[in-house]
Amino acid sequence: MSVRTFQKIVACHDTQAPNLASPVVRERPILVALAGQPNVGKSTLFNLLTGLHQHVGNWPGKTVERKDGRFTFNGVSYQLVDLPGTYSLTAHSPEELIAREFILRERPDVVVAVVDAATLERSLYLVAELLPLPAPVIVALNMMDVAQQEGIQIEPEVLQAALGVPVVPMSATQGVGVPALLETVERMARGELPYAPRLPQIRPDHQEVLEVLSGQIVRYVPEPYPREWVALKLLEGDSEVTRMMREALPPERWAAVHAVLRAHDDAQVAVASGRYEWIGRMMRAAVTRPRIGPIGLTERLDRWATHPIWGLIILVGILGLAFWLTYTVGAPLQGWLENGVGALAEGARSLLAGAPAWLSGLLVDGVIGGVGAVLTFLPILAIFFAMMAFLEDVGYMARAAYMMDRLMHLVGLHGKSFLPLFLGFGCNVPAVMGTRAIESHRARLLTILLAPLVPCTARMAVVAFLAPAFFGDAALLISWGLILTSVLMLALTGWVLNRLMFGGERWAFIMELPLYHLPNWRTIGLSVWLRSLSFVRKAGTVILAVSVVIWALSALPGGDVEGSYLAQLGRWLEPVGRLGGMDWRLTVALLSSFVAKENTIATLGVLYRAGEEGLASLLAATYPPVIALAYLVMQMLFIPCLATVGVIRQETASWRWTLFSVGLLLMISLLAGIVVFQIGAWVAKGI
Amino acid sequence: MSGEPDSLSPHSVPLSALRPGEVGVIAALSGGHSLRSRMLTLGLTPDAEVTVLQNYGRGPMIVRVRDARVALGRGEAEKVLVQRRVR
Repeated sequence: MSVRTFQKIVACHDTQAPNLASPVVRERPILVALAGQPNVGKSTLFNLLTGLHQHVGNWPGKTVERKDGRFTFNGVSYQLVDLPGTYSLTAHSPEELIAREFILRERPDVVVAVVDAATLERSLYLVAELLPLPAPVIVALNMMDVAQQEGIQIEPEVLQAALGVPVVPMSATQGVGVPALLETVERMARGELPYAPRLPQIRPDHQEVLEVLSGQIVRYVPEPYPREWVALKLLEGDSEVTRMMREALPPERWAAVHAVLRAHDDAQVAVASGRYEWIGRMMRAAVTRPRIGPIGLTERLDRWATHPIWGLIILVGILGLAFWLTYTVGAPLQGWLENGVGALAEGARSLLAGAPAWLSGLLVDGVIGGVGAVLTFLPILAIFFAMMAFLEDVGYMARAAYMMDRLMHLVGLHGKSFLPLFLGFGCNVPAVMGTRAIESHRARLLTILLAPLVPCTARMAVVAFLAPAFFGDAALLISWGLILTSVLMLALTGWVLNRLMFGGERWAFIMELPLYHLPNWRTIGLSVWLRSLSFVRKAGTVILAVSVVIWALSALPGGDVEGSYLAQLGRWLEPVGRLGGMDWRLTVALLSSFVAKENTIATLGVLYRAGEEGLASLLAATYPPVIALAYLVMQMLFIPCLATVGVIRQETASWRWTLFSVGLLLMISLLAGIVVFQIGAWVAKGI
Repeated sequence: MSGEPDSLSPHSVPLSALRPGEVGVIAALSGGHSLRSRMLTLGLTPDAEVTVLQNYGRGPMIVRVRDARVALGRGEAEKVLVQRRVR
């Protein structure tokens, strides 16, 4: 069945009254949790089922993306929650904790475990971890078509008999097998299917110690955790469960348990091996594959894509193409939108000619200006999102991460942080939003905090205007120096934050390289649409609100910048600014760059009552090079523009982290400016 | 299986010592708890068969284990001890 016919089914059942054959519609939708390792096609299935009816947010308090959605099939409504993609359920990361806590606490009616038929052995590892949890599991045997191409033959019925849980063969990209999966989910939720999972056992040499442990913790295990599961997790050295039991057990009992655990600190291997032995039995029963597989397309492509030299050339080529696309397609669109917004603003201004100045200012500069700031970002954002989704979907993202991993480790980041940060050279907004591709909560947060230190095109436009005015022929050198300074500050800040926030933990470099496959345009299109929508809805609100506030600060009470609250703030801050060589005018210009980086120039123009041409020479005559240099450094490292702050709030789902980011950048830019000015002044004195 | 039967070298060497195309069987994992755990999860368990796909003698390497391709840093690969499969 094609994707389209499947959607028709869903659509027509959406509108039809439930037919006679189907039982009474339940009041509560069936709660289904979608679990699976990364790269098994879980998102494709999620998108196929929920389409546009999905809600993207964060798991409470985490920078981990949470998606859920509702849909109706055969007159039955479902609520689908997409659990984070994880390889296991041991508490190494917030994602793994989120996934297992959801199952343990929310008790979904059914857990659909998506596995990749082409890497079945590895994919089943998560199933081995899901089965002992108290929620019925259905295995969605995805990518059957890919497995067939690789010469792997799987008998789903045999696998089902061996596992003792329903197995539904399917291909989410082709839309095959999805109705059968949903029918199975419905029957399982109604308790109509037998459910007798064969659970994996710990390797026999550790069977006894597991029983001892399980006996020692009996009656002390907090709700809702199953005792056997807790005992197993203790043996595995799971940090969260260990902490929980240390608090739950009386001290002497904990001492006994702890002694057992210390005597068996190799049990971790026994538990994992037990799971893989269990998987091995399933594989031997249900799977036949070629003894030596033909060298697949993926391995042939990887000879180039992950080659130490060719891989870099390919990466540079792809990134170059990405920027070229953005500027040939995105920039003109952005220009049209800017003109459109400008025309709208002019129209509104003349319509409001009779109204009080503050009203027309509020509506034209505050509201229309704010909406314009949101809208003009969209074309570039959409293109960036499309490229990210494309590279992720075809499997290239993992290769880019592989090529860049060592470099990124120096600043305490993942290889996966490279691409979002690199996009930051275009614009910081997609850089922050692009961090969604990073599964790890910590790495994602750190990347978000560092992204504003990447000099975006708007900042470079300011440099391009000011540097030639002050430094003449040396402007190019100064510009490169400023870029280098930003990148070095990024590296330094990353290193320090990683030490302070995450204890300097070095991320072990071990990652999966998924199979390459053809892009699924539906997945890419949906991702672009949902991300653009969430930018407009969530970041858009923040941007609009703050731009109104900033307008008020810069226009009230008198109506001009010079006498405004912003200027008063600038004068009040002048003693601080002086440390970095700034007078109140430069301070105000810097503050106004918060709305948009280009505003720096416009504000200086207003304060010096000069047009753009006159301004450059006027500034050069007013300020010595030392002050200019300090100012340029500060504006490169200053708080990102409002749109970026808006998406930081959106992506971290936390005002605390947003304010932390703003404060951090404020401090960095001020310190850097002071250092440059003081050293510069000292050197100048020496000469 | 055809040809003469494979045998395992009695000595174990770090995975990083294997050349592209060589096959090893994991004998032991060293390294800290969390690194071991991630390796185990990705299928690098004792007795698992590992085929080296890429190893340039420096930098990270790529192996195939349990039908999946896994990239490891050199430091990580040195902590996986394997017995070379010899023919």
